[in-house]
Amino acid sequence: MVASSLLLAADAHFGTEGGFFHDTAGVMIALPFVAFLAILAFGKRLPNQGGEIAVGALAINCIWAVAMFVQNMVSPVVTEYVFEIGRIGSGLSFELGWVIDGLAVMMYLLVNVVGVLVFTYAMGYMHGDRRVPWFFAAFSLFAGAMLVLVSAPNLIQLILGWEGVGVASYFLIGFYWEDLANVKAGNKAFMVNKLADVGLLLGAAILGVVMGTFSFSELEHLAAEGSAALGGVAVTAGLLLFFGAMGKSAQFPLHIWLPDAMAGPTPVSALMHAATMVTGGIYLMARTFPLFEHLATDARVVMVTIGTITLFAIGLLALVADDIKKVLAYSTVSQLGYMMTAVAAGGYTAGVFHLFTHAFFKALLFLGAGSVIHAVHSNNMSDMGGLKEHMPTTYRTFVIGSLALAGIFPLAGFWSKDEILATLGHEGWTAVMWIAIGGAFITAFYMARCIALTFHGTYKGHGHPHESPSIMTGPLVALAVPSVLFGLLNIPGVSIPGIGSFTEWLAVRGVPMGDHHAESIDFFLAGVGLAAGVLGLLFGWLLYGKDKETQQARDSFEIPLLYPLFRRKYFLDDLADGITHATMGPVARFVNWTHTYIIDGIVNAVGGLMVLLGRFVYNGLDQRGVDGIVNGLSAITDGAGGVVRKWQTGRVQQYAAAFVGGAIVLAAVFMFVI
Amino acid sequence: MTFDTWISEPSNWAFSVVGLATLLAGFRVVTAKNVVHAALFLVGAMGGVAALFLLLSAEFVAWALVLVYVGAVIILLLFGIMITRAPTGIDETLSGDKRALPGVLAVALFALITWASVEAFGDATLATIGDPTSTDTLGEMLVTRFVIPFEVVGFVLLGALVGGITIARRDLTPLEEEQRGGLA
Amino acid sequence: MTIVQFLILGAALFSIGVYGLLTRRNLVLVLLSVELMLAAVNLNMVAFESLLATTQALGQVFTVFIITIAAAEVGIGLAIVILIFRNRRSANADDMTLMRW
Repeated sequence: MVASSLLLAADAHFGTEGGFFHDTAGVMIALPFVAFLAILAFGKRLPNQGGEIAVGALAINCIWAVAMFVQNMVSPVVTEYVFEIGRIGSGLSFELGWVIDGLAVMMYLLVNVVGVLVFTYAMGYMHGDRRVPWFFAAFSLFAGAMLVLVSAPNLIQLILGWEGVGVASYFLIGFYWEDLANVKAGNKAFMVNKLADVGLLLGAAILGVVMGTFSFSELEHLAAEGSAALGGVAVTAGLLLFFGAMGKSAQFPLHIWLPDAMAGPTPVSALMHAATMVTGGIYLMARTFPLFEHLATDARVVMVTIGTITLFAIGLLALVADDIKKVLAYSTVSQLGYMMTAVAAGGYTAGVFHLFTHAFFKALLFLGAGSVIHAVHSNNMSDMGGLKEHMPTTYRTFVIGSLALAGIFPLAGFWSKDEILATLGHEGWTAVMWIAIGGAFITAFYMARCIALTFHGTYKGHGHPHESPSIMTGPLVALAVPSVLFGLLNIPGVSIPGIGSFTEWLAVRGVPMGDHHAESIDFFLAGVGLAAGVLGLLFGWLLYGKDKETQQARDSFEIPLLYPLFRRKYFLDDLADGITHATMGPVARFVNWTHTYIIDGIVNAVGGLMVLLGRFVYNGLDQRGVDGIVNGLSAITDGAGGVVRKWQTGRVQQYAAAFVGGAIVLAAVFMFVI
Repeated sequence: MTFDTWISEPSNWAFSVVGLATLLAGFRVVTAKNVVHAALFLVGAMGGVAALFLLLSAEFVAWALVLVYVGAVIILLLFGIMITRAPTGIDETLSGDKRALPGVLAVALFALITWASVEAFGDATLATIGDPTSTDTLGEMLVTRFVIPFEVVGFVLLGALVGGITIARRDLTPLEEEQRGGLA
Repeated sequence: MTIVQFLILGAALFSIGVYGLLTRRNLVLVLLSVELMLAAVNLNMVAFESLLATTQALGQVFTVFIITIAAAEVGIGLAIVILIFRNRRSANADDMTLMRW
């Protein structure tokens, strides 16, 4: 399967196994880059400022993506097209190319389909904005880099794509660079990612140097055979790779860049959170899954721990955020925690399936949020409310996305979350499984809050919001369909005649992925997961749903404790009155008391506790702890800068003298010491 | 090899004379108090280097050096001197005041390289003046094995040409722009 | 002739160039010093060529390249000097402290 030279690749593969679309998948990877150049060259002169080129390129890509995906359903092929670019001596070779297997084909579909919808939406969203051609150019670059990443047959190309995605995201996060905060957000994202990249680079270097190959297919075969040499470095290399993935996929504590990355235009957030950037880390873990499955088993405990912290603790943060995009951002981090936990716990299919479904509904939610922001010109939910009447399409699709995210039957999120829970249960991570169920509760809770604050109650912003143009609502509707249906692709134990199931498609890999697949639905677990989601929605709705005026005020702690109490008291007073009329006073009073203090108390305590916990995690851990460390480091750097600055006279010749002196010292050291 | 045997070789006489002249000229380039003199001393230093090339039987390169430097670069530099209106008479401020550190650095660099050279090559002798490397060989190498660098260097030169013009060109003032527009 | 004598001469020429680079205030003279350093490198190239006695004249090919690049460098360097002079009415290295923020 591994062709190590152009000639070999030509002999072995073209026109034989794969067929036209497999042979020419390189075109698909190159197209966004062509679009990038084309938009830079003459995007300005086109009526849509280059948007049509970007959309066109991805639309053509969709042909390849869909064709390969369908082919993977009907007659799966595992192959790779590799072209040698260079070679170090007779050892390590540097190769570029593309991989065809279940995982890669799934990612091609995801990136291109979600991409084309987001791009189309962006044409409406960015209309009349600043630097539109540059936006679409960078956006194409973003998608292209991601395709390079997911098509990588070896770690080197993966790193190329990885860095490309990083650079493009830097351009896009800091897109409105007139505002210093946005520039800082871009810098933060870039720096945190760079920090994590050190791990990825070291991990890749260790694997490459010890095993003499960067190729994923060779590495996974070695891992499956239980190679002793690979086993020796597997835990170190695996953890280093994981560290890289932590940065890209925003795992605690390297998640800090993601909420700030909201500074970019909303379509960027949508693509970044759904199909493109943050999935890179999960993809890396899935791609190197055999390594963790067979050899680096010790590393998995660390990974599951980090993933679990991420899915729970960061989910809590979404409870107190006022910025609608931040709610979604924290939600993404939390969902990435699910995926990471699942993959680390041995659920290759579960993690990737959640990645797949999540991409659709999270893109939908972000685009919905963008549509709202577009209408009210504010990111804050305190400026929204009551948009249900004004923006019906956005509202409906947003609710669908939220329900899918909350894991409500039979939407996509239900099936993928259930698969994760089942995997965690099967692999013996029972405690983690219950935390994940708790996470599902929180997820539903904050989505209910988000919907209530945004779409219900009264409008608190300025001007008259109106529904977005159809170029924006179209992609919303288009994304709502897979958000509803795609969960059905992977019902445990069900294989759709003729095309199989997601599990089967994803299992098309060079070596078998030994993860567990439930034979049938575990009704208990599915029930518990669904109950958590429903309860979350219910609590969220009870806390935030009904009133018109003081909805927002309830985010402050006193109000959630007092106001619903008041409200439920009114509700329960009717009940209590009825009971009083029907029975004797003491019983009624007892029942009333019970309702007022115990049931209400539980409701309010849970709500209040959640908000408190969220606040604590946000203020205490995230803002002071994690950010504190980061700020401390920068303060040290700043202080050192103050000292060193005095040497900076600005005279070129003094610098040159220092340079010559340094060179002499270095040369002397090399000659006399070493 | 003693100094006696070394100096008895005629080519080494030539080397000593030319080398000393080159060094002297080079030293004057960096110390001359008159800008134009400094530029003219560079001509001398380049001439010396070209002569040394001839000693090493590198004929083509020697003449190329003379042509490029004496014929072009120095002229360019003299133009630069005139355009920037540097005082062409004696000017005490041509060199900075802080010369101790650069001096120490230069001496240290010289000592280091010398030590490394002696350590590495010791008495390795060169072929005494032989047949000059034929320009044939050089030209053939340039368009066969080194054709890509050769082309790249050509483009670099072109880029430098265009870049030089772009950088040094003065933007027209609005008034001038108008006048030019009027003429066209 | 030994190789060392050429290397030492080259080293001396290079060091003189470094000295000029670091002390000269006038930017045109700084450029002159750089030319001196490049000439020293060329000398080394040709000397090594002579030592190794390759049939392919490798050292000289590179000397040709270096001369070309040096010419380009002078062109660009002078353009920059002229631009600086035009904007700041001075071609002195000391007057330019813009690199200090």
